[in-house]
Amino acid sequence: MSEDKSIENTPSSPERRRFVGVAATAAGLSLAPGIMLMEVAHGRPEEQAASSAVRWGMLVDATKCGTGCNDCVSACSTENGWTPVAESQHKNQAPQWIRKLELQDPLTQFETNLPMMCQHCADAPCVDVCPTGASFKRADGIVLVNRHTCIGCRYCMMACPYKARSLVHEPLNDTQKADVPRGMGCVESCTLCVQKIDRGDGTTACAEACTASGHNALLFGDMNDPESEISKRLRELPTKQVRADLNLNLGVRYHGI
Amino acid sequence: MKRLLALGAVVLTTAALAWAGVDSTSAPKTGVAAKPVITKAVKGEQCVEDTEYMRRNHMDVLDHHRDKTVIEGVRTKKHSLKECINCHASETTGSVAKGKDDFCVSCHSYAAVKIDCFECHSTKPQASMAMHPMNAESAHYAHKMATQTNDKVSAEDMAGIAQ
Ligand code: HEC
Ligand code: HEC
Ligand code: HEC
Repeated sequence: MSEDKSIENTPSSPERRRFVGVAATAAGLSLAPGIMLMEVAHGRPEEQAASSAVRWGMLVDATKCGTGCNDCVSACSTENGWTPVAESQHKNQAPQWIRKLELQDPLTQFETNLPMMCQHCADAPCVDVCPTGASFKRADGIVLVNRHTCIGCRYCMMACPYKARSLVHEPLNDTQKADVPRGMGCVESCTLCVQKIDRGDGTTACAEACTASGHNALLFGDMNDPESEISKRLRELPTKQVRADLNLNLGVRYHGI
Repeated sequence: MKRLLALGAVVLTTAALAWAGVDSTSAPKTGVAAKPVITKAVKGEQCVEDTEYMRRNHMDVLDHHRDKTVIEGVRTKKHSLKECINCHASETTGSVAKGKDDFCVSCHSYAAVKIDCFECHSTKPQASMAMHPMNAESAHYAHKMATQTNDKVSAEDMAGIAQ
């Protein structure tokens, strides 16, 4: 957490500061807001818009991430209907919302495994560069592409430090999931399974699969709720933001990298 | 809407001309052109708004709802495109836009309207199978073998990422 502190205190991330403020006063939090946050975490009513009282995030514990395990990737592909890269005709330009990385320290040969996907930045470069406003951050922190206004220019893909976005190059011919429309000529990336969150599942396909595989390396939750599992773990574990130097205030935090 | 009115006007004029005894072979046979097939909704007694209103304004209803949903996260069912499809998909094709007589096609081709919604949106009702938790749980194993790619990362990549 020591590294995070420096980021928390930079004036450029007011949201993060507020989050820390809430977390710090957790013990003294009055009942009313506590209850409100709990309700939100269990799925809001369908007529209620996403709220900035919530910030969805993910904690990746790289020390638990299985070598050679791809369950998060295949679960994402199944849930969201993108063709696994290995099955794609043009692998170099196949859409991929989440990918596994195996990192090796050149000096010690130590291997680290981790999934890489959209980091749901609070100050997202993809949002800054989008000429149509299609790339946007929803009130609850999820960074999305509004495919109705995306023109496929791919500025956001170039701006993203995490290579998290893909362009759909080929027609999908009505193979999409009813819950997850996707289409040629538009940019897409991890949505934190927005369709599942809004339905009240309270988790993402990748986190579900990781738990099912017994690795428990992925924890999804509301980082604004001091009582949530993810907030508790973030308080206890040292975590890092990938490319923390960019000061983007990420929704995905890594332990063990 | 204007287009529909204009079309109506053309139809009426042609009909009137035909009726007035103009040589029917020289006039285009718009008057007897096949009316659009409006497949009966599979589910429900009535539409989400008055039929009359929907016929004229369904595009506004959809446009409004898509911004509400995508940008704000409002998930009410009433004006959701998914729900239109659940009720209006044809029993023969299982879709609202596969066959030429399907609900969102026939009327549009009659009125020369082209929509791109179904390049992204599924034209078929949500499969109740996929909604079943058991299937959702196990489904990803089907793809598991296929996704076994090995993204070994070079030292340079690592330096960039783990910084
Ligand atoms: C009763 C006939 C009819 C049916 C059935 C119908 N439409 Fe339409 N639709 C029209 C007409 C006519 C227009 C064009 C109105 C205009 O141009 O002002 C239109 C326009 C649209 C537009 C706007 C197109 C544009 O370019 O702005 C959308 C979107 C649309 N329809 C979606 C649908 C969907 C989805 C369905 C199936 C659930 C459907 N429509 C079924 C008659 C129909
Ligand atoms: C509960 C099932 C149901 C849902 C959901 C539904 N409809 Fe309908 N819709 C119907 C029925 C039934 C009719 C025919 C009513 C009648 O004959 O009076 C109809 C009629 C229509 C018509 C007029 C067709 C004509 O006769 O000219 C249009 C256009 C239409 N619906 C579009 C939509 C759109 C767009 C949506 C989604 C926003 C939608 N419907 C959602 C059941 C449904
Ligand atoms: C380039 C892809 C794309 C195209 C084309 C597209 N959509 Fe969408 N649409 C999406 C995505 C992605 C969502 C978000 C789905 C979600 O979050 O559940 C969405 C959501 C929606 C929603 C809210 C969810 C629902 O099912 O009610 C509506 C309504 C909608 N679109 C209407 C339309 C209409 C009408 C058209 C055609 C004029 C259209 N869309 C064309 C990609 C597309």
